[in-house]
Amino acid sequence: MFRRTLSRLSWVDLFLRAFQLVAAVVIIIGLVNTFTTARYTSGQWATLVFSGLAQGSIYALIALGYTLVYGILLMINFAHGEVYMAGAFSTVFLAIHFARTGFLARSPLIAIVILILFSAAISTTIAVLLERIAYRPLRNAPRLIPLITAIGASFALQYTFRGLYGTQFRAYPDIAVLKGTWNILGFDVPLVQLVVFLAALGLMVVLYWYVERTRAGKAMRAVSEDKAVARLMGIDIDKVIVSTFALGGALAGAAGVFNGLYRPQGVFFLMGFFPGIKAFTAAVLGGIGNIPGAMMGGLLLGLIESLGPNSVLEGLGIPATNQLKDAIAFIMLVLILIFRPQGIFGERLAEKKA
Amino acid sequence: MAMLEVRDIHTYYGNIHALKGVTLEVNQGEIVTLIGANGAGKTTTLRTISGLLHPRQGSISLDGEDITACPAHELVYRGIAMVPEGRGVFAKMSVQENLEMGAYHRSDRPGISADMERVFTLFPRLRERRRQVAGTLSGGEQQMLATGRALMSKPRLLLMDEPSMGLAPILVEGIFDTIQAINKEGTTVLLVEQNALMALSIASRGYVLQTGQIVLTDQAEKLKKNEMVQKAYLGIE
Ligand SMILES: Nc1ncnc2c1ncn2[C@@H]1O[C@H](COP(=O)(O)OP(=O)(O)O)[C@@H](O)[C@H]1O
Ligand SMILES: [Mg+2]
Repeated sequence: MFRRTLSRLSWVDLFLRAFQLVAAVVIIIGLVNTFTTARYTSGQWATLVFSGLAQGSIYALIALGYTLVYGILLMINFAHGEVYMAGAFSTVFLAIHFARTGFLARSPLIAIVILILFSAAISTTIAVLLERIAYRPLRNAPRLIPLITAIGASFALQYTFRGLYGTQFRAYPDIAVLKGTWNILGFDVPLVQLVVFLAALGLMVVLYWYVERTRAGKAMRAVSEDKAVARLMGIDIDKVIVSTFALGGALAGAAGVFNGLYRPQGVFFLMGFFPGIKAFTAAVLGGIGNIPGAMMGGLLLGLIESLGPNSVLEGLGIPATNQLKDAIAFIMLVLILIFRPQGIFGERLAEKKA
Repeated sequence: MAMLEVRDIHTYYGNIHALKGVTLEVNQGEIVTLIGANGAGKTTTLRTISGLLHPRQGSISLDGEDITACPAHELVYRGIAMVPEGRGVFAKMSVQENLEMGAYHRSDRPGISADMERVFTLFPRLRERRRQVAGTLSGGEQQMLATGRALMSKPRLLLMDEPSMGLAPILVEGIFDTIQAINKEGTTVLLVEQNALMALSIASRGYVLQTGQIVLTDQAEKLKKNEMVQKAYLGIE
């Protein structure tokens, strides 16, 4: 009996090892092919790095929402992509209004700050309502139940916003001052990427400071370690849980505006799905529940998505590689879950008690 | 009127009837011990008093005020603190942060600093390790930290759940000395212990709990001489 499970286990192990090896070899072949044929100039690579970092910082902001909530409740809030959508989609109307009245052109900085605050407020509201209405009544239910509820809430939010704003794509208006480029180390970096990256980084620093240094942040960490003992300290854990959802919502709302400024495709009611699942991938990559992990995971995923198609896939002779961008995140998610479910910086999941 | 009055409480875990009518009293300034075998319901009693669990029947009052339905996080404001079973330190937080959490509900900064100083005087080891993450402390040090953290809330009533559990005998003496010192400074203590002999030597009164019910209560000295207690809890035949 014991022998048999042992031998079966080792077969699975063997298969996984072989799979790992093959994957590594394929990636190396792709890289070698690309770089020996010198398909791209260093300027082109730099462009990919910068856009990867900008996109990655947006993923990181959303990923923090997953990781914060998981840290406290051991629950994946799969409706978080919709929290992001709610802010981004609602704010596009205000942005268009600001563009029409000329406010956006006259004082772009103030206008952008207002847009970010507005979007953060909407996303925060949605996140808090989600906790109150969908999750809190299920806090003591088996873990599968809130997961299913999250998916239901996700649809409910998508179609609520579809009902509110319609099915059309809406683009954020162009902002003249963000159109330029900035020269860094001899490479021209689009200003908008730089602004998005630095602003996102700034928010992450503020979040890190909040969690590490403030009384409320420490209470949040205490609740994430042991709810019963946290209550004995006088911490009202319901308040901490709400503020965790609010914080994740605010970051997602800000990410929604950054995305609008950065990507011209526009926003619509299903826009939360891909960034949501990618940010989830980023959070898992960094170790779900781990705050710096989510930040690094986001940036890393942005870079891999940006550099991967041109560096690995093209070297393997795969056509139209840029259309495979979205697939990269999903493949990575599967691979991480198989080979390193605790993520790059994560502790083992089993260590955490519910 | 006693400081803490527990009247005929019945506490359940789902369908499991863990406390079947527990009644006990703790007077201001006392050390009272609650002894009993594994699974008797000692931890459940403390969790019910501290508001982590609520009894289905019966009542609990503190200074004559009913606290039966009071949630745990509000009882800290009324002066109850607990050192939980297994210590319950926040393993990923530093020693200092753990102590700060003990004072979470307070806002008098000078008072908090003074009390932290007092904890460091009581447990010099904690001062040496204030920046260290609590998970890396030894069992004895974690017990000091859990006790110090409870003291940071300036409790009037301290509930302690098996503070000597898993500690080397030499450390156990230290723990009991500390409890007496804390009590002398004016904190009332309700002490749960498996180590009944030690507990009865520092307590003024004791209760014996058996399968969710109080079966015996008396002066600590008399309990030590009680035949049933000697047989069941002191290992004396
Ligand atoms: N979380 C729980 N769920 C169900 N039953 C429990 C739980 N905790 C304790 N019990 C049961 O309640 C009874 C009293 O347990 P406890 O208060 O922990 O005893 P003691 O602290 O005296 O060892 C035991 O029968 C135990 O099995
Ligand atoms: Mg116990």
